[in-house]
Amino acid sequence: MSESNSERRTRLLRLGGFVAATYIGLFLIGFIGGLSLNEIFGQLISITMYAGVFGLLALALNLHWGYTGMFNIGIAGFMAIGVYTMVFLTASPDPVASPVAGLDLPILVGVLGGVIVAAIFGALLAIPTLRVRADYFAIITLGFSEIVRLFIQSDTLGEIEIGDQVYGTGAGRSVRYSNFRDLTDVVVQTFVPSAIFDTLGAVGLSDSLVRRLFYALVVLLFMLAVLWLLRRIARSPFGRVLKAIREDETAAQSLGKDTRAAKVTVFALGAGLMGLGGILWHGQGSFVEPDLFLPIYTFFIFIALIIGGSGSNLGAMVGGFVFAAFLWDGPRYLRTIVSENLDIDAPQTIYHAGAELLQFDVVPLISYLAESLDELRWIFIGIVLIVLMLRRPEGLYGDQEDIAAAVDLTERPPRGENNE
Amino acid sequence: MSNESVTGVDDPVLVVDGLEKRFGGIVAVDGASFAIERGVITGLIGPNGAGKSTTFNCITGVYKPNGGTVTLDGTEITGKRPEWIANRGLVRTFQIARELPEMTVIENMMLGPQNQRGESLLQSVVPGLRRGVVAEEEGLRERAWETLELFEIDHLAHEKAGTLSGGQRKLLELARALLTDPEVLLLDEPMAGVNPSLEKKLIERIHELKEQGYTFLIVEHDMEVIMENCKRVIVMHQGDVLADGTPAEIESNERVIEAYLGGEV
Repeated sequence: MSESNSERRTRLLRLGGFVAATYIGLFLIGFIGGLSLNEIFGQLISITMYAGVFGLLALALNLHWGYTGMFNIGIAGFMAIGVYTMVFLTASPDPVASPVAGLDLPILVGVLGGVIVAAIFGALLAIPTLRVRADYFAIITLGFSEIVRLFIQSDTLGEIEIGDQVYGTGAGRSVRYSNFRDLTDVVVQTFVPSAIFDTLGAVGLSDSLVRRLFYALVVLLFMLAVLWLLRRIARSPFGRVLKAIREDETAAQSLGKDTRAAKVTVFALGAGLMGLGGILWHGQGSFVEPDLFLPIYTFFIFIALIIGGSGSNLGAMVGGFVFAAFLWDGPRYLRTIVSENLDIDAPQTIYHAGAELLQFDVVPLISYLAESLDELRWIFIGIVLIVLMLRRPEGLYGDQEDIAAAVDLTERPPRGENNE
Repeated sequence: MSNESVTGVDDPVLVVDGLEKRFGGIVAVDGASFAIERGVITGLIGPNGAGKSTTFNCITGVYKPNGGTVTLDGTEITGKRPEWIANRGLVRTFQIARELPEMTVIENMMLGPQNQRGESLLQSVVPGLRRGVVAEEEGLRERAWETLELFEIDHLAHEKAGTLSGGQRKLLELARALLTDPEVLLLDEPMAGVNPSLEKKLIERIHELKEQGYTFLIVEHDMEVIMENCKRVIVMHQGDVLADGTPAEIESNERVIEAYLGGEV
């Protein structure tokens, strides 16, 4: 349980080495594969951004599932609420810019609004379901997330005319919105001297790449802020109550803990953070559509957290990174490299590739596999999960749980009155 | 609420009057009435299915009774939430110890104290307010360690509670309950699965605490434990109170012998 400082240092060093090795490895693969620096760095930045997004979402899920034992499989729903609220608050009223009008508020208001509305929906969902057992609760959250998505998709809410403006969710269509580039631009113009652009430009990196880099850094900052918040919760009496709820809610109640209030609070908080995660995820693009909030996206977050280790904040972030680097973006990267280097048309099916293989020609098989990486990575994810569950069911860092107290509990008071 | 008529006990701290609990067609508790005297150990016995545990659960708010009242120190607590009742000084342990297995022993202990500042999210998180939480935690930590020492399980403080033996868990549960600053402790079979040497320790602790003014209501199957340690014994049978008196009275009560002891005593 209590890990010595040197053990912790070794562990973190090893982790740092792993992350560095991943970046260097990806860089070298791209370099040997003949990609341009812009392409390589674009990929590394993309992985960094997604690592931040998945890390943040896994942290939020850890608050629900890892700390409190609330099995929330409605993450996508809260992401959707956050994103669509932000769209509504910030979209331009100009019909040319966006199919549905918004309030044209500043982006930060949009972010904050999205988080708050997602949190409110979290509380509204938690209150009536407090007494429901964990497995039923899971089904309810899944149902909720689908209701949100289908609501957004429905024609009824798609376009609502108020005055001479058309508001609404855009139904199934993509909705454009004033995106995070606004925020990124502000940050970049204020804090980044143009010399950096010039320097990076001299190496051959484009301005848009630098912008994306700063967006990724903003996402990482948000993730670290969430980490700070969660650590503080974990090491507090509030976090102790959450842990007690996870372990045995009846026992917690019989110790005088208001578990219902704690559950509503923590569910609202986590839901708000999931809204934030959704906003950061889709904030880099310039449109949203309901299909971005299918239940499968909820399970991606679960995969990230399970890989990293539920219950551990460090695990959540490592899981987010591993998922982003190896399962989400890595395969696309490999495909780019392979298709750049093998200019043979990929065979239509695996049988064609197999037939070629019989003639000792492996190139068609490789290019076939590369072309199909988008599909194959799901098989890969499945294999990773199976191996992980067999070899290390607690995840990479599942044993790294904080002791739930605001002070160091190993510190004993001097033995005084207690005479043996 | 006619305390006197129900009780026949001086200075009752807990009064149960006409308690009823039905599960569908089954009547588990059928109009049970009794009172618990302040500062003594009272035993609650009865054959399996007599309604002891259900009575416990109704008193502590785990179940809502269908009828009757429960009064703690003059305040009616009938049908209130378990945490509300625990907060007012009526704290229980469970038949099967409900330690929080993945939490360390000392973490378990830190859950005991009531109305901690830091149990509010804001207090725990907001920088200025957290200082108060930390200060409070330092005090709680000291009490937690002292209580662990008293129960002689301080060497286990950093073990996960789930790895403890059955007897150690019972000790932990009692120690943890003590940190809630209870007035009345309801112990559901505290000796079940406890080895004899630990049992002795547990009984010693209970007596020490009684001397300090705590009130105990104990459900227990071990007759010897009940008869030797309780000032009064309540016998339940088929959901109602069959007899209520000193151990000597109970041992010689014809109806008790017939219904429960089967003539053994």
